[in-house]
Amino acid sequence: MERNEILAKFNEIARDVFDNDEVELTEESTAADVEEWDSLSHLSLVSDIEDEFGIRFTLAEISGSKNVGEFLDALIRHIEKK
Amino acid sequence: MYTFKDLRKNSNQKPTGNSRRLAMLGNVSTQFLSVAIRGYAVLENLPLEVFDTDYNQIEAQLLDPVSEVYGFSPDSILLWLGTDKLYEEFLDLPLEARSGFAETIMSKITMYWELISKNCKANILQMNFTEIDDKALGNYSAKADTAFAFQIRKLNYLLEGAMSKQNNVYPIDLLSVQIQFGTEKFYDAPLYYNAKMTISTDALPFAAKTVIDVLKALSGRIKKCVVLDLDNTLWGGVIGDDGMENIEIGELGRGHVFTDFQRWLKQLKECGIILCICSKNNEDTAKKPFEEHDEMILRLSDIALFVANWEDKASNIRLIQKTLNIGMDSMVFIDDNPFERNLVRQMIPEIEVPELPEDPALYLGYLQQQNYFETASFTGAGSDRTKLYQAEFERTKLMMSFDSIDGYLESLEMEGEAKPFEESKYSRIAQLTQRSNQFNLRTVRYTESDIQNIANDKDYLTIYYNLKDKFGDHGLVGVIIMKKRSDTELFIDTWLMSCRVLKRGMEEFIVNQLIKRAKANGFKKVYGEYISTPKNSMVKDIYKTMGFEEISEDQYVTDVDTYKEKKIYIKEIDQ
Repeated sequence: MERNEILAKFNEIARDVFDNDEVELTEESTAADVEEWDSLSHLSLVSDIEDEFGIRFTLAEISGSKNVGEFLDALIRHIEKK
Repeated sequence: MYTFKDLRKNSNQKPTGNSRRLAMLGNVSTQFLSVAIRGYAVLENLPLEVFDTDYNQIEAQLLDPVSEVYGFSPDSILLWLGTDKLYEEFLDLPLEARSGFAETIMSKITMYWELISKNCKANILQMNFTEIDDKALGNYSAKADTAFAFQIRKLNYLLEGAMSKQNNVYPIDLLSVQIQFGTEKFYDAPLYYNAKMTISTDALPFAAKTVIDVLKALSGRIKKCVVLDLDNTLWGGVIGDDGMENIEIGELGRGHVFTDFQRWLKQLKECGIILCICSKNNEDTAKKPFEEHDEMILRLSDIALFVANWEDKASNIRLIQKTLNIGMDSMVFIDDNPFERNLVRQMIPEIEVPELPEDPALYLGYLQQQNYFETASFTGAGSDRTKLYQAEFERTKLMMSFDSIDGYLESLEMEGEAKPFEESKYSRIAQLTQRSNQFNLRTVRYTESDIQNIANDKDYLTIYYNLKDKFGDHGLVGVIIMKKRSDTELFIDTWLMSCRVLKRGMEEFIVNQLIKRAKANGFKKVYGEYISTPKNSMVKDIYKTMGFEEISEDQYVTDVDTYKEKKIYIKEIDQ
């Protein structure tokens, strides 16, 4: 799966979690850019992505990723390790 | 089972109608669980308003009489002390203090209960404790009272004992969810360290279900009856083809599976669930194993109603429902045959029809996991109502033999009793207020502690009614709660009656007695009200029938001096 495909899937899940069809995340996006992105929806997002790709993030990845790009890096690392 | 995602998506829907109000208090984050509970309530059609507090607010909220939690006027308060947090507190204690840990926490919980009872009317949903075994002493922890594993198990044991003495505390068995999942799947370490959330998202819907199940039972949504198929459900094989000696029960073939299933069903019966048979068979053939097979656990005396014929099952279930006079939504139909299940589901959407696994060995585990038989009260021995129903069918037979209803009623030799509420009856009275839907004028639900308060309150006049006849004792079948409006006026807050004793003059006996009490206590007028629900239309006009005067829609009054005592065939027993 290419990086841009993963980002597209990521966006699809994010729109679902935030319940907002207009969400369009880029590599540089952060939680501050999306009004609905609070601590609760963050964990829902993590959990839905984990289920979708069948992986588990580490604590550092969940709480330490600076932007969507870093989160994608972590996701891709996990997918490759599978 | 719903996923957490399903629940989250539904969690924002606003409840319509009269909602129950639930406040959540925890030493860990309750946020995720409250989202799951909200969503679950929406999907199960249970109008529920949830108030969530930040974690670690328990004492602040409970000590302050004008706190947000009390201001929310909750019907229920969920108290959740997460084991993960307790474990940290435990290790921060010096070693010599650890052996007293369970007692310390238990006295804290008792204090919470007292504060709640003092400051509001809410009942308490008390989470029990999931387990952590940190292997500090390996297996030896199980006998060392300074080990956490020892203390947390002790705490659960202390909690059970304390709860059994508290009428307004209802257990939420989170430990059973942990056991079902296994700790590895139940707990999600990154989630805990990130958000103080101690339940994984996979386990959350099951945790939410435990809470919803209890709330449903508190709202009177409970199961009362199990309707059972026979062939390949209660025993292996087909009695009509295989014959008595070849059906699998006991030692033969897969018999052990069916024996254990019957053991469980028998226990349900002892706990007050009515068992009925609905089978496509000749009646004689179908009854034979119950009468003659040595290894059957269930006997004819365990079955309230035995229906075996060649009619379709939906019609037979309707017949059972009418005869028992209970709601279709309080019945569970258990049949191994997918065709019969679908037919019944289609014809009777309200009835619960579990999708039994194909392998009979899996029936029990599957049914137990559904938790159909949640209850908000249990009266112990004497809960078994099978005999009452069997006596009822004898009465029906007798009635057929009389030309006039008066002759029949007279022949029953009925004796009635009317007494003010007393302590030994509180639990049965509360149970009736929670379970009666049809003959219930205002459908006010009370817990056991509410009933206790009412019984001790001088502003109330209370009466409970017993009835017996020559076929047996019906026990406590009627409840009246009257509230003083003034020195001369009473209002009937609650009038309910068990439908088992309909049309026997019990209604008249109840009113005669309540007027007598009102008079004896110096009251002049008694007011009554009918509040309509989807289930209580049968009593819409009862006050009119009893000679009350309608003052406005569904509002009635009678003068105690001009009330004409109704003719009845129930002899009053003096107290």
